[in-house]
Amino acid sequence: MIGLTHQILSGLAIGSIYACVALAVVMIYQATHLVNFAQGEMAMFSTYIAWALIQAGAPYWAAFFLTLVFSFAMGMAIERWLIRRFERAPVLAVVIVFIGMLVIINSLAGFLFSYTIKSFESPFPEKFALGNGFMSPHELGSIGVTFAVLGLVYAFFRFTPLGLAMRAAAQNPVSARLVGIRVGHMLAIGWGLAAAIGAVAGMMAAPIVYLDPNMMGGILLYGFAAALLGGIDNPWGAALGGFIVGVLENIAGAYLVGEEIKLSVALAIIVGVLVAKPSGLFGRVLVTRV
Amino acid sequence: MSEARATGSPAGVANSQSRGLRLGAIVLAFLVVVALPFLASGYHTSQFSQVVIYAIALLGLNLLTGYNGQISLGHGAFFAIGGYATAILTVKLGIGYVPAVVIGGFLCFGAGFAFGLPALRLGGLYLALATFALALATPQLLKFKAFDAWTGGVQGLVLQKPGAPLHLPLTRDQWVYFLCVFSAALLFWAARNLIHSRIGRALIAIRDHPIAAETMGVDAALYKTTTFGVSAAYTGIAGGLSSLVIGFVSPDSFDLFLSLSLVVGIVVGGLASIWGVIIGALFIEFMPNYADSISDVLGENAKALPWAIYGVLLILLMYVAPTGAAGTARILIGAIQRRRGRSTNVALDRKAASGDQTQ
Amino acid sequence: MFSRRKFLKASAATAAALAARSAPAFADNAPGVTDTEIKIGQTMPYSGPASAYGVIGKTEIAFFKMINDQGGVNGRKINLLSLDDGYSPPKTVEQIRRLVEQEQVAFIFNSLGTPSNSAIRDYLNDNKVPQLFVATGASKFGDPEHYHWTMGWQPNYRTEAAIFAQHIMKTKPDAKIGILYQNDDFGKDYLNGVKDTLGAKNAGMVIKEVSYEVTEPTVDSQVITLQGSGADVFVIAATPKFAAQALRKSYDIDWKPVQYMTDVSLSIASVMRPAGPEKCVGTITANYGKDAVDPKWKDDAGLNIWRDFMTKYMPGADTSDNNSIYGYGVAATLVQVLKQCGNDLSRDRIMKEAANLKDLELPTSLPGVKINTSPTNYYPIRTMQLQRFNGTTWELFGDVLTG
Repeated sequence: MIGLTHQILSGLAIGSIYACVALAVVMIYQATHLVNFAQGEMAMFSTYIAWALIQAGAPYWAAFFLTLVFSFAMGMAIERWLIRRFERAPVLAVVIVFIGMLVIINSLAGFLFSYTIKSFESPFPEKFALGNGFMSPHELGSIGVTFAVLGLVYAFFRFTPLGLAMRAAAQNPVSARLVGIRVGHMLAIGWGLAAAIGAVAGMMAAPIVYLDPNMMGGILLYGFAAALLGGIDNPWGAALGGFIVGVLENIAGAYLVGEEIKLSVALAIIVGVLVAKPSGLFGRVLVTRV
Repeated sequence: MSEARATGSPAGVANSQSRGLRLGAIVLAFLVVVALPFLASGYHTSQFSQVVIYAIALLGLNLLTGYNGQISLGHGAFFAIGGYATAILTVKLGIGYVPAVVIGGFLCFGAGFAFGLPALRLGGLYLALATFALALATPQLLKFKAFDAWTGGVQGLVLQKPGAPLHLPLTRDQWVYFLCVFSAALLFWAARNLIHSRIGRALIAIRDHPIAAETMGVDAALYKTTTFGVSAAYTGIAGGLSSLVIGFVSPDSFDLFLSLSLVVGIVVGGLASIWGVIIGALFIEFMPNYADSISDVLGENAKALPWAIYGVLLILLMYVAPTGAAGTARILIGAIQRRRGRSTNVALDRKAASGDQTQ
Repeated sequence: MFSRRKFLKASAATAAALAARSAPAFADNAPGVTDTEIKIGQTMPYSGPASAYGVIGKTEIAFFKMINDQGGVNGRKINLLSLDDGYSPPKTVEQIRRLVEQEQVAFIFNSLGTPSNSAIRDYLNDNKVPQLFVATGASKFGDPEHYHWTMGWQPNYRTEAAIFAQHIMKTKPDAKIGILYQNDDFGKDYLNGVKDTLGAKNAGMVIKEVSYEVTEPTVDSQVITLQGSGADVFVIAATPKFAAQALRKSYDIDWKPVQYMTDVSLSIASVMRPAGPEKCVGTITANYGKDAVDPKWKDDAGLNIWRDFMTKYMPGADTSDNNSIYGYGVAATLVQVLKQCGNDLSRDRIMKEAANLKDLELPTSLPGVKINTSPTNYYPIRTMQLQRFNGTTWELFGDVLTG
């Protein structure tokens, strides 16, 4: 029983990171109907920037927020100068562009920071006052941070005029333009936000998985799975999907099929869900008019 | 072939001129292909064998994605099944390599068909991500303990490169090369006939106007799953041949990057184009090496940068030619023929100019 | 007897030296060799999942540059062509063929990866090209009877696993062993090494074996499972990133088994520090070389030679990375082989001298560890010593053991 609790809690902790990644993926999808395959690499690069800042002597939270700003700018720049040029290109050509981006960022990170794994500090204290033996303070902390991010994003979209404008631009770009919303600008902001959320995921993941250029590969996959499971057009579903995937992965590995094929089983389950409910657990079913 | 029809050129003289040119080009290509292994070293010959193999795999993927509109980011899985099937059949069961490759192809057809069934429910993006998941899961499945006795587990299997039969004076590299070329010729011929038949038109119809196609009586579900199967079979045969060329299979041989390379290949070559896959195959085989040599110029510290250069080249290529080699060729040919004032069919011209692949 | 052998050896050496001098460059049977250069090749994972090991190749390139600056070996400079294979066997095969057939290298040196080396072993042996000092501890690469041209260097994983198993049997015969292993050649070699050494009689000692993939983000779940099984001995056959996670997690969940960890992950900088040094106290490993940041070797003469090399030839590189110590060691071993070849750098001679290393000590090796090879022994390093982490440094204990 204790083991099961452990597995679930550990699953929730890593699931919070999947949730952040899934959220970032969905944000870009909602705005542009593109899946950003390079999301993981962007998050990893942001984490390296944070690491460099900390190495240079900056205190953790200063580095954290500076990195968020940098990531936001990076996301906006990528949208504005790269992705926008492929607006009218065929879908698969854009997928190739993403693959190109993925490979470039990964290479650059390896070149600039070398491939030796580095440790990345956690902002949360080593020992918990409450002496919780089930979860480390960092795991608990990253769940907390995820919820904070989710809350902030929700509030932003729901209660701010900019958020409303972005939602309008995503749902109906033509009408939004007619109302005076600069749709291109909204897209860039969307990318910036997604990049910043990805950076949070990276900085929360690094203390657990350690920092190296290939650290986000496995996480990105689970992030996609989470986004699919929850519904690629539903940010909250995607986030919830992240937690589900995290716990599912652990339970499947520990109790159902063993570690050897838990990845395949987790993916099979997700594909199974999709077959039963193609738009994901919480996604909107699109009905097309013939 | 299709280009001439698209521009509706009426002039008979011009037609036979271009037909003569085409024939000449084909003869030249044939000579080059046959002479290659005798002029190049064993190493280069095996590289060209790989190009032919990739062309077969890309042809399979193009059938599915280019002509039928189902995006697959996981075709590396079928490449792996074909590769392992050939390895297991030849090494563990002593079956000859030709039947082994063919059986591998059939196995992949079954696997592709089976995967095509749930794929029916998944549209575009979801299918892409589901196949992406398949590509990622493949190495792990190949390492599964229960299959170890057959697959060799993480150690992989070593295959013997087949030698020329009947004591032909060919090295192993040359023999395998001709084997690949012969298989490719057969498969290309089959694919071409398929595309230009009713079935091919049905596939394209399903891709572009699925609902209209259904109304016209096309059984979309059957066509889509069968196409998945055929596409998988092609890629599986390519995988089988590849395991003969390399002489080794292991779970690490079939990583995610293989699946991504295949997608890069069909896009660079041009979707829905049969000869475009050759360009795509040349790209994915030689471009990483080319990027390597560029990065060498930048100095030794830049050991990892070849991939960054490769990425930049990809993006540039997509910017300059988003419809791939074949698509760009269509646009160019259309523009040239329009300038020559041959075509009188404005609408078809405009379609060709925009790189539209439909007939 | 003794003096006769000496005499024969001496006359053979003289004859060889005379022969060498009279026929300058053995261009025909010594590909890759000219009067001024020896060209050798390797593949390294400079990209892809194993890219952390790329620094080994970089270190070796720098080492040979140092040797060349000092005049080379017997007047010849060593030119190492190091190509990226992304840890993908098909790519390895292609690059190796390019090195052998196009670049005409003398031999292949320290290529990294078990699947990579498996893929090229048959080709190299069929073409009689030495596959020297492969960078993998898989036990299959020390088989002179079937693969005359292939030789490893580092202690193979089974040897180390056997040393662990023997120690467990000696100190804790009633142990309940839980094993975490990477789901590839490396991890499985360990797993099998432990089980084989324990033998059928003690097979029951292993109560739980759990694997992980390199693509997984963490092994926390696996560690929890092992704790739940009731194991009180924890064998960690994991690469640095995952070893660090395993050590940290087991401490965090209050599990205190006796921990044995593979030498692949004993780097203080890459494993103990990220995990948290206090969480690794008591961890046992076996080693044959010195750790870069262990305070015990702060003023060690041997390691200072290495440090000088790093400062001059790899400025800006991470001096806490044990991979650089490894690269230095293998390269130094090769230089010894080349020295022993004199002017006869044919592939036959190179292989012969590689199988003729006697009591070679390197500045980076632990005291007492000597490299020995013979035509029937293709495992150059077989000695290791157990050491225990005390929070700051590795304390060697026990005897130098041979596997």
